[in-house]
Amino acid sequence: MALLETSKYSQGSVFGNVNPDLASERQTASFCVEKLTALLDGGAEQTRIRRAVVEAIQSDPVFSSENQYFQTQNERYEAAVRKAVHLQKKMHEMGWTENGPEYKYIYRALSGDVAFLLHRVFMRSISVLGSDKQIAKWIPLATQLRLIGSYAQTELGHGTYLQGLETTAIFDIATQEFILNTPKISAMKWWPGDMGRSATHTVVFAQLYIHGKCYGIHPFIVQIRSLQDHSLCPGITAGDIGPKMNFEAIDNGYLMLKNVRIPRENMLSKFCEVRPDGTYVRQGSQKINYFTMTAVRISLISDEVLTPLMKACTIAIRYSVVRRQSKLKPGEQEAKILDYQTQQEKLLPQLAAAYAFHFINNYLQELFDRGYREIQRKNFDMLPELHALSSGFKAVITHQGTAAVEICLRACGGHGYSLLSGLPSLYTKILASCIYEGENTILLLQTARFLIKCFMAASAGQPVPPSVTYLAAVKPGKCPAKNKSDFLSPDIYTEAYQHVAVRLISSTAAKLQDLIQSGAKKYDAWNQCTVQLVQAAKAHCHYITVKNFAETVEKLETKAGIQRIMKHLCDLFALHGIFSNTGAFLHDGYISAAQMDMVTASYLDLLAVIRKDAVPLVDAFDFTDKSLNSALGSYDGQVYQRLYEWAQKSPTNKMSPAYERYLKPLLHNALSKL
Amino acid sequence: MTMNADLRRERAAATFQPLLLTHILDGGPERTRRRKEIEALVLNDPDFQHEDLNFLSRSQRYEQAIRKSSLMVMKLREYGIADPEEIFWFKSFVHRGRPEPLDLHLGMFLPTLLTQATPEQQDRFFMPAWNLEIIGTYAQTEMGHGTHLRGLETTATYDPATQEFILNSPTVTSIKWWPGGLGKTSNHAIVLAQLYTQGQCKGLHAFIVPIRQLGTHEPLPGITVGDIGPKFGYDEMDNGYLKMDNFRIPRENMLMKYAQVEPDGTYVKPVSDKLTYGTMVFIRSLIVGDSARSLSRACTIAIRYSAVRHQSELKPGEPEPQILDYQTQQYKLFPLLATAYAFHFVGAYIKDTYHRISGDINEGDLSELPELHALTAGLKAFTSWTANAGIEECRMACGGHGYSRCSGIPDIYVTFTPSCTYEGENTVMMLQTARFLVKSYTQVSSGQRVTGMVSYLNDLSRQRIQPQHVAARTVTVRINDPVSLVEAYKARAARLVEAAAKNLQAELNHRKSKEDAWNRTSVDLVRASEAHCHYVVVKLFAAKLSEVSNAAVRAVLTDLCLLYALFGISKNTGDFLQAGILTSAQITQVNQHVKELLAVIRPNAVALVDSFDFHDVHLGSVLGRYDGNVYENMFEWAKKSPLNKTQVHESFHKHLKPMQAKL
Repeated sequence: MALLETSKYSQGSVFGNVNPDLASERQTASFCVEKLTALLDGGAEQTRIRRAVVEAIQSDPVFSSENQYFQTQNERYEAAVRKAVHLQKKMHEMGWTENGPEYKYIYRALSGDVAFLLHRVFMRSISVLGSDKQIAKWIPLATQLRLIGSYAQTELGHGTYLQGLETTAIFDIATQEFILNTPKISAMKWWPGDMGRSATHTVVFAQLYIHGKCYGIHPFIVQIRSLQDHSLCPGITAGDIGPKMNFEAIDNGYLMLKNVRIPRENMLSKFCEVRPDGTYVRQGSQKINYFTMTAVRISLISDEVLTPLMKACTIAIRYSVVRRQSKLKPGEQEAKILDYQTQQEKLLPQLAAAYAFHFINNYLQELFDRGYREIQRKNFDMLPELHALSSGFKAVITHQGTAAVEICLRACGGHGYSLLSGLPSLYTKILASCIYEGENTILLLQTARFLIKCFMAASAGQPVPPSVTYLAAVKPGKCPAKNKSDFLSPDIYTEAYQHVAVRLISSTAAKLQDLIQSGAKKYDAWNQCTVQLVQAAKAHCHYITVKNFAETVEKLETKAGIQRIMKHLCDLFALHGIFSNTGAFLHDGYISAAQMDMVTASYLDLLAVIRKDAVPLVDAFDFTDKSLNSALGSYDGQVYQRLYEWAQKSPTNKMSPAYERYLKPLLHNALSKL
Repeated sequence: MTMNADLRRERAAATFQPLLLTHILDGGPERTRRRKEIEALVLNDPDFQHEDLNFLSRSQRYEQAIRKSSLMVMKLREYGIADPEEIFWFKSFVHRGRPEPLDLHLGMFLPTLLTQATPEQQDRFFMPAWNLEIIGTYAQTEMGHGTHLRGLETTATYDPATQEFILNSPTVTSIKWWPGGLGKTSNHAIVLAQLYTQGQCKGLHAFIVPIRQLGTHEPLPGITVGDIGPKFGYDEMDNGYLKMDNFRIPRENMLMKYAQVEPDGTYVKPVSDKLTYGTMVFIRSLIVGDSARSLSRACTIAIRYSAVRHQSELKPGEPEPQILDYQTQQYKLFPLLATAYAFHFVGAYIKDTYHRISGDINEGDLSELPELHALTAGLKAFTSWTANAGIEECRMACGGHGYSRCSGIPDIYVTFTPSCTYEGENTVMMLQTARFLVKSYTQVSSGQRVTGMVSYLNDLSRQRIQPQHVAARTVTVRINDPVSLVEAYKARAARLVEAAAKNLQAELNHRKSKEDAWNRTSVDLVRASEAHCHYVVVKLFAAKLSEVSNAAVRAVLTDLCLLYALFGISKNTGDFLQAGILTSAQITQVNQHVKELLAVIRPNAVALVDSFDFHDVHLGSVLGRYDGNVYENMFEWAKKSPLNKTQVHESFHKHLKPMQAKL
């Protein structure tokens, strides 16, 4: 089959041939890799554009990530600034624009190590929250990078709970200015990217006070550094918050404001305005704000979760067919570690999850686009559903993606622990996504609130949004499967997932009502049910993911073996979920003990089936070696040579002063007196 | 600075005295006193102070570690500290729980000389090594092989003409890779290599190999040695590589206490190889203790911070509550707290058992060794996996600030996580335990009785007489009674061991190859081992309760024990349901009782982490400070960051300014 097409594209090995253990995996693929890549990209034309962007960027030495693992935080930061500046030039040269088809691939090609990402959030917040006049003033300046923006929301003491922010902006009618202050240490802005060293301006979220009355949180444009010499403006204290688990390239910063005065016009005033006389005016619908959050949560899934998850799978699976360890059969060669059932059970469900999340991301994207069109027609009906789904899926996908990358890391044994494997960096980066843009537990509780509300409505016979109509059709029943192959039927397992979701949502709703009826305060009842509510929200998302995967497979073309392999992955994803949560399915006897043994048997059988296509399935993700930046995961599988070569470049292999200073005296005389 | 008011209130509300619990964890008040004495010795010593390691580069961290290590060795001798446990305390205070470049010299090189060198070899090497003229490491792992030792490729070929061994790294995969202290520090290594003499391979043997020139520290001709580059953690450790090309060492450098090569090349076999088991058991038991300590540190940080952090609203109109008051936060942290306690007791049990049995071993009685070996392999894996995940949950429970290195949890995690891999990869360990379990099951099936922790398998044969499916068995479980819960875990382990053994048998009936059948059952086998280990942990925790004399302490430990056991059920309900050990109604009760216990433990949460008694310096966390003054100190910490060394960063002049000028 047309299996070697990707290798034409992937750069040749610096070590000569592809490792035969990896090459043989590619000979036996049951499907066409290139076709699957096109499916993932959304068409062959998209694949072509993506590859062109990746090629243009990765062939430019300024964007090189070589030696990144050896650099200090200062060096990484400097490289990120250099790349960001160069990117402006590159885009101009290549004729790429922000609205062009190439744009979305640039970030992927750069692997994220680039400064001024918050500058984009700064611009977006002005576009969304600013008046037409403000947009006309600031956006051209920002587009030309005449100023560098940041976005200062989170404080030391407050993150997800925005109403709790403590920064103040007091309106002074006499001078027509706002006076911004950080009244206490916990009110200091903390974490905003690009703010520690780079930004000249930032959007500060602060409690607005007029005539001593608090009007809640509002956004203000504040200049923090001089445009001449980059020194801090009067009243500003700002700096870098210090080393983190990752994002060495980003100068996450702190900001303290002391009687900083800004003109009245610097409050972003699309929705709320303070008139010169101090009158506070609300205008338009704030619902659009929700929509922005939704947009951010959905957009991060692709770049911040799917990409690292797919990279981690690529590295771990390729390495697992190169690494041989111990003998499966006496007298034979040592076995590839991917031939061990336990290794398959670690990695293949993660691979299936990567595909499942890719397809659910498409689903969310479509839903979002539809919602966007509706909102432009001033129809906000879809907002609650969109908000609930984006919150829940952000939480579920970031959490599972993070767990999956960690499994990949540990599945590579000792070598996974080396930074040169690429896996530690992927892990520390993806795990931040569990926290930013809304802490996951809180997001799941928001989804749960929506589900409980819809369940009550459905029970009362009222209409509910499409994704939750299943809540209306509560049917007790039992799983009809009679043998293990029945569990390869999407209807059977999708029903099972639906059943569990309904059971968890309805039983939690019932418990909430019980508590309230027995006299508990509403908030108390809610807090007492939160553990269950979180489980219910997860079950809902899991069900939608399985259902969507099954429906997607149904619609795929049967040619080139694509549908068959995707069906296997869908089955694996679904059965792995049951296998890892047996209790939820056994609880009310929907699946019996004997049926559960069938699930396990079917699941374990699938591992051996997908094992054969594991390498082609990761090849289809189509990452270049430069993108992976991994000594273990390169296309040619020359793992050990690469590890050895890269290690020798480590700065620790230059003569260290430690020998002269400490070791020499130690070895020579320090202890002779003892 | 005064203590944060929230923490003060938490401490005042505790129902027990933390110090009493600390004594239990340390093994008696006298040992607590001695531990704190040694802690003070280190912490008050200006020689051991240094800048926050978070702000240093890898080279600088290595340098600090080497500096402290050399001082440490001298001071230990100055103070006359020789008891292994006291050395361990001293070392962990000096290095704040982190690895250090002399670890392998002190922990592997010297002990291996003691156990495997002949008296003549000890004369030549031991005193120079003791006095650090020789610094050694232990070079076993290669690029291509870790846990599977027989696969190592390094060769040592005997040349009778010169009476030398010729050492070679014949392939890239045979390059020694990972040994600590090898990259920059050591001048000798104990190298494990396949011995060839008289044209035959005699398997793995250990050789003392000089690698660097005494005096100049330059690599010797034929030796290629260096650092393997940056890792996830272990910044202070120079994990290294070693490649040997026809490197010759005298015959007398093979460690020959057991196996020998005579001058003419005749190979003399060792008497028994079972003794090496003992060392493995010992090191794995240390990892169980390390799991407990690392998880305890993470819990201390997360729970104190959760008592200090206020967020959002629980009741409309009231001030923001401590995040520890949210059920979801308690549900994340308290089961981990209970786990940390459980693992402390398991660690202590294994250590005691090892010491008891090693007496028997010295007298030639090896009968208890197989079970202990199987148990420690499994518990090493079980506790390190659980602790690894638990540390991450603690970090996650601290939200964004947990992600900052100032929280200290990233460092705990990256230092701890390799223990899932080293000293035996966890999945392989679980399968070793499974082998023992299946063997015991087979014995029971053939009518023999088994003893020790697996004796529950004896009951299976009795039950099998009845024509019921195993799932139909009922145990009357009282969910408020730790002893009854031990029975439930026992039944679950028995059921999963039986299921795995039967599946293995079924595979064997279908297939020819034993290995193939084993591989196709290995997921089941790992589950069985996990269930077995889980049972052992619950059993040991429950057993500990009766040893506690103080009623208040016993009460709070009983709550933790119940939480540990019930939470474990609620996370694995399927196993208990499928085997018919618990009904759905009971599972609902278990879930409910878990939540009730969270509320019961809540007032004692801070006191329970205080009892772990980590000094702030050792904890290394701004979020977990004893006084709870978190935000002020985060700011102080950040100001020291390397990016803040200059007010305007140099990249402004290099990149930003020229760009802005062009636009």
